Amino acid sequence: MMEIRTPKTHKAKRVLEKRAPKLVENGKKTLILHGTKTSATLSAVLMELYRLKKGGAIKYSRRNENIRPFESGGETSLEFFSLKTDCSIFAYGSHTKKRPDNLVLGRMYDHHVYDLIEVGIENFKSLLSFSYDKKIAPHEGSKPFICFTGEGFENVPELKQLKEVLTDLFRGEVVDNLNLTGLDRAYICSAISPTKVFLTHCAIKLKKSGTIVPRIELVEVGPSMDLVIRRNRLPNEGLRKEAMKSSKDKPKKKLKNVDQDDVLGKRGRIYIPEQEVGKNPLPDKSKGVKRERREGKLKKNKEEGSASKKQKESE
Amino acid sequence: MDMETDQIHQIDVGNLLAFNPSHRFPSAPSSREELVKECVTEGTKLVQAIADTLFNFPSTETSDGPLVQLPRPTTKLPREKHLPRPKPPTKWEEFALKKGIQKRKKDKIVYDENTDQFKRRHGYDRVNDDNDIPIIEAKASDEPGEDPFAKRLDDKKKRVGKQEKNRLQNLKTAAKAGALPSHVQLAVTALPISGTKTQPQKIGKDALGDVAGLAATSTASGGKFDKKLPGEKPPKKQGKHHKYLPVLPHRGKVDEEKEQTNKVLSKLLSKHSHEILNVGKAINMYNDKKEKKKSGRSDKLKAKKDITKKKPYANKAQ
Repeated sequence: MMEIRTPKTHKAKRVLEKRAPKLVENGKKTLILHGTKTSATLSAVLMELYRLKKGGAIKYSRRNENIRPFESGGETSLEFFSLKTDCSIFAYGSHTKKRPDNLVLGRMYDHHVYDLIEVGIENFKSLLSFSYDKKIAPHEGSKPFICFTGEGFENVPELKQLKEVLTDLFRGEVVDNLNLTGLDRAYICSAISPTKVFLTHCAIKLKKSGTIVPRIELVEVGPSMDLVIRRNRLPNEGLRKEAMKSSKDKPKKKLKNVDQDDVLGKRGRIYIPEQEVGKNPLPDKSKGVKRERREGKLKKNKEEGSASKKQKESE
Repeated sequence: MDMETDQIHQIDVGNLLAFNPSHRFPSAPSSREELVKECVTEGTKLVQAIADTLFNFPSTETSDGPLVQLPRPTTKLPREKHLPRPKPPTKWEEFALKKGIQKRKKDKIVYDENTDQFKRRHGYDRVNDDNDIPIIEAKASDEPGEDPFAKRLDDKKKRVGKQEKNRLQNLKTAAKAGALPSHVQLAVTALPISGTKTQPQKIGKDALGDVAGLAATSTASGGKFDKKLPGEKPPKKQGKHHKYLPVLPHRGKVDEEKEQTNKVLSKLLSKHSHEILNVGKAINMYNDKKEKKKSGRSDKLKAKKDITKKKPYANKAQ
């Protein structure tokens, strides 16, 4: 016995349509949660990550004991949360003796784990410890600049994956139009060694220069930390190919049969299909009304129409 | 301010992303601050490079500020969800394709013959409304006892039911192909019927509460030490229900125990006591009790005879 269930309110319908698979996707939301134990630094990291991504992140405050991203059975809870909150990136923090200050960044495809990368956090500096002029503080939800420096990001496969994950994490929504006054933050990631990445968040100061392009000055405002690569898991080749598939970039529709002429202006061409006189069914005109009556009625309607127009004019 | 060397930056303006692959950090960092400084300066260079291209785009002035059209991002990132799958054609669509039936657009206003007016096709005061027919002429094929109006309603209900069934089937095929429309969900309401056609009865809230208690009585301790689920109510008073009367009577109240025994006595000694008391049954009970007393205590408590032991001086020859 199957039943068709449709949403009863417009709001519910809009939510379902937002979460449906689309050609052009929404920005990825981030799910932030932590495991059995978290150290002070790790909880600060998670909190600040949440603040940086305020508009598109969900933070869970309870500890989750049954989530183990790198084990085969330990991902079910993550996938369930991802389904319920519609989040495709997650940041899972845990602290154990073997892996202190551990952060697992992962992505989902169709609410199943796509890839994972585990980093350890060292030399963490919270954003509260930075002092700066409050005027240049970045606004919530602004589109950031993302910069990667270092040959490690090209040569080392783990760092390559980390680069991709960090891009996905910090990118936010893909936009067509950008307001140039709203550029106020930048994430700087530098590969200081083949296993370590220095990540910091800076505010942008635009200074006058001789040209249209302002001179850029970066001031460190946000959290800064060292990421030490631990474990990682790459996606399957087949899954990766499927996820990277994109609909063919639709070329802008060429406007056909229209041409601009300096002499005549805009000209268009109309093609009329062949009229099949015998084939089309005739419209159903009232059979009972005779021709005189029909014509009389048409006249009457016309008069009524003009009479109402006159009334409107007089008003 | 000027860049001396032509450092190759990989810039993706759509993502506001820049990558400098040629910088080499010293393997033995001098100090933390110097390292941080170096990173920030490198970062500044990259941001400057992106801003160079960005600010040179044609911008439109709006009330908030200059608006620039960003190109599409060049770095390929994996999708969040699969690409939307094409919907399989419905049964009607297949039939129409086969027969070559074209879709025809219907007008909202239709001319009504009966009232010589233009009326709407659906809704209030519509054309060809089923409820408005005053007279239905009898045909030769009609049975005498049948109500044609009820028959019309019945036919309509059947048609609507058939349409709903077809719609469900179409949605099921779409769900199989993974192309269910986003606002529709197919939910299973009941388990497949096996055996009788009776619908499984819904258990009430009270009955469900009692079930746990019933199951608990099968444990050795009668369910007293069982772990209770959160929200589970303690079992109602179990076992025998005794009502003990007060030993000493309350002031002004009747001595209930005395009353009880008096009641029984009066019944026995009354005129019609033979009707109340079943003499035959009473005699049988009395006799049984007497015999039990004679034979000693019950067999369970009796010491069992040891059959392996032989009686002394048993005369086998006899």
